[in-house]
Amino acid sequence: MGEFSPNSHAVVVRGLRRQYGERVVIDGLDLAIGTGEFVALLGESGCGKTTLLRALAGLDEADDGTIESTGEIAVVFQEHRLMAWLPLWENVALGMNTATGRVLAQNALGEVGLAGRENDWPLNLSGGQAQRVALARALVREPGLLLLDEPFAALDALTRIKMHVLIRELVARHHPGVLLVTHDVDEAIAIADRILVMRSGKIAISLDVARETEAGRGPLRARLLHELGVDVPDAAHV
Amino acid sequence: MKTTGTLAAGAFNDLAEAEAPSAPQGTAAARKSRHPAPCTRNKVLGERAFFLISWLVPITVVAAWEFLSRLGYIAPQILSAPSVVARTTWELAQDGDLFIHLGASLLRALAGFILGSALGFSLGVLVGFSRLAEAVLDRSLQMVRAIPFLALLPLVIIWFGVDEGGRIFLVTLAVVFPIYINTMLGIRQVDPKLLEVAKVTGLSVWGKISRIILPGAMPSILTGVRYALGTACMALVIAELIAADKGIGFLVMDAREFLKTDVIVLTLIIYAAFGALGDSLARWLERRLLAWHPNYAKGKR
Ligand SMILES: Nc1ncnc2c1ncn2[C@@H]1O[C@H](COP(=O)(O)OP(=O)(O)O)[C@@H](O)[C@H]1O
Ligand SMILES: [Mg+2]
Repeated sequence: MGEFSPNSHAVVVRGLRRQYGERVVIDGLDLAIGTGEFVALLGESGCGKTTLLRALAGLDEADDGTIESTGEIAVVFQEHRLMAWLPLWENVALGMNTATGRVLAQNALGEVGLAGRENDWPLNLSGGQAQRVALARALVREPGLLLLDEPFAALDALTRIKMHVLIRELVARHHPGVLLVTHDVDEAIAIADRILVMRSGKIAISLDVARETEAGRGPLRARLLHELGVDVPDAAHV
Repeated sequence: MKTTGTLAAGAFNDLAEAEAPSAPQGTAAARKSRHPAPCTRNKVLGERAFFLISWLVPITVVAAWEFLSRLGYIAPQILSAPSVVARTTWELAQDGDLFIHLGASLLRALAGFILGSALGFSLGVLVGFSRLAEAVLDRSLQMVRAIPFLALLPLVIIWFGVDEGGRIFLVTLAVVFPIYINTMLGIRQVDPKLLEVAKVTGLSVWGKISRIILPGAMPSILTGVRYALGTACMALVIAELIAADKGIGFLVMDAREFLKTDVIVLTLIIYAAFGALGDSLARWLERRLLAWHPNYAKGKR
């Protein structure tokens, strides 16, 4: 990956501010994500990652600043948020024209490894499968920007690794800009092109992940953990 | 839910269990078949045996009843023997009287049920979707609901006389509130997180209503339907007993006059059949509309 052109942006955020009552959660945040770029967002719990993502998704109004995006925006939440009463394909095709939606949904379900399950009900799925349907629902509309809010947090370790592989494949094929919120440093290193750390309502640092070399991973991991306020004695000296 | 909090607690309590739009669950009977008792894996007795035993008990009771009647331990003016009830049923069926009365009662029940559920559903949707409609209607509806509807009988008789209209009105009244409350609560309790999905997928307003809100409220609405079928049956019996020139209730009043306990037992059976009919109607609706739910599913679609 990383073959995005730096000139075309999936989203550009300038001076974003979000507050709940008096409490300012996002305070003059700037951010740009390129088309096809996979960005992971780390930050302590409660630092405002979800708040940022909701503002980008248009679920909450910005109190100040601008958000410019090209193309549609799709979101995968921590919970799958499927409608239990709609068969899988209708969940995926939600909000789309029914005639074309059905075919597109079938293809999208095939892409996430659920071919032939389009008429099944969500309650018959495992957690990982349900999250894959949510992914299909997001990708079927070919979004310019894909927002993922800790989508793998509730999955078991093995399923999570499979999801990492799957999502990298899908992003390589569909080429949206991606913002993945996660609390897992290793997950961020494993799948992102670039990692952001959020602090005090801003993006504190932005580090590129050298995908080609394994060697740089150790120091990167230690650096990120340090930025997140965790100092691991051994790792710090790698 | 805010609305229920404002109710007179007492009035709501007795209905609370039946009307609470909890997670979709059928009645105890509906659930029973899917969730066998924890220790039924009996090696000696198979499914068939349990089925036979379940029928053996009522058959024995009826046989004993017949036997005791014939021996003269049960006087006919107290309770007629099953064989006598069967013969009377046959006779009434022969001259067609039975079907005229049955038809009259069914028609009443149906008219009242359809009117009541249409009204209850419309009000429920209106109040469910609109805070303004809630402000205008809900408190008043809850006040009327707090009246035990039997207490309205004298007024109903004054308004409608002992006419067909009054009887249908009573059934309607019995149906409106359970459907109204469960529709309204079902709509209000749709998960806001799912509505956020509607927003990010760009679902239209109608799409939001038809794909998310109404189907999401459906388990609750059907709980209301189930409950309403019960109250409708009750209202029907009472409405028919006030005064009627035809219908099952007329049969009862007529029979009471002449101590015809055979006819009375027959009408009890008919009312029970009405109840069973309502139950299968509810089941049918659940199977059709809640096919997505494992409790009701009859295989994948
Ligand atoms: N709806 C809300 N009302 C008030 N405060 C909120 C609301 N949502 C989040 N917050 C607060 O904003 C801060 C950031 O929350 P959030 O964005 O969910 O954090 P994160 O996703 O990084 O864990 C937290 O302190 C949280 O308590
Ligand atoms: Mg969060």
